Amino acid sequence: MSKWIPLWLHKLSSPPIFYRFAGSLRPWMLALALLTGVIALYGGLVLAPADYQQGDAYRIIFIHVPSAWMSLFIYGIMGFAAFLALVWRIKLAEVVAMESAPIGAAFTFITLVTGSLWGKPMWGTWWTWDARLTSELVLLFLYLGVIGLYHAFEDRRQGARAAAFLALIGIINVPIVHFSVNWWNTLHQGSTIRLLGPSTIAPGMLWPLLTMMLATKFYYLASLFGRVRTDLLDLESGKDWVRKLAAVEAAR
Amino acid sequence: MSASSLQHFFAMGGYAGYLWPAYAVFFIVLLADFFAPTLRRRRLLRDLRARLARQAARQPRQAPSPPDSV
Repeated sequence: MSKWIPLWLHKLSSPPIFYRFAGSLRPWMLALALLTGVIALYGGLVLAPADYQQGDAYRIIFIHVPSAWMSLFIYGIMGFAAFLALVWRIKLAEVVAMESAPIGAAFTFITLVTGSLWGKPMWGTWWTWDARLTSELVLLFLYLGVIGLYHAFEDRRQGARAAAFLALIGIINVPIVHFSVNWWNTLHQGSTIRLLGPSTIAPGMLWPLLTMMLATKFYYLASLFGRVRTDLLDLESGKDWVRKLAAVEAAR
Repeated sequence: MSASSLQHFFAMGGYAGYLWPAYAVFFIVLLADFFAPTLRRRRLLRDLRARLARQAARQPRQAPSPPDSV
């Protein structure tokens, strides 16, 4: 391991230490996700006013847009972890990349279905092959490809390396999804939230949206920690620490 | 909150048929995602314990008991 990596980070990448670390943080992440989620739902469904054009149908935004952000955010994390896994062969990075894929696929699926349920009353169609929708569908297939490739190998670590390679190549799709509404003429509306410059959304609608974004981030961490812990048990089932843990859990 | 205002809330301005299924999909998918590793973890540990028990049974005993005490 290179010298510029701090020792605590190096230690944290050891499976038994990360297993304990993730186990102690997971309940807090879940509690924060539930708390912020409930506040966001109350703000979005009850407090926020109806839209002047879309009436109450626009309230799908409070789950659709945070899910869409997560579908891209998780892909970014997965790609970064895949890069670490390919270059330094860090076992934990492989596991983080591989266990991010099902969560990302879940959020992508939610984005597509809620978008479809929003599109029907607003556009008059469940689906259209425009740039934003098609590139998001490709994102789902990339996630499914990563999951499938990971499980297609007898040797899990070999599978993880092959799938990490696919994840890395697929990163090209992330900017395509993000900028699709600017690059092509699409039915999908453009962004109303901007990091640079003022957002074009009413404050009463903005804060529940941002709170739900926080909730989905916390949820991702809670779900990821649970998945990584389980996968580490599977990968390290021959090791002493897992055997001890299995014996302890049997005694309970 | 009165019954009619609750009704008004659930009607969602006539979009209830689109809005509530969307929220249902959101929660059902995330619940399934959250509990999948819990089930897998339980199965993994059970299989591991069974494997360890089989290995322990196959190994010769540490202190062999005298043959007449069977």
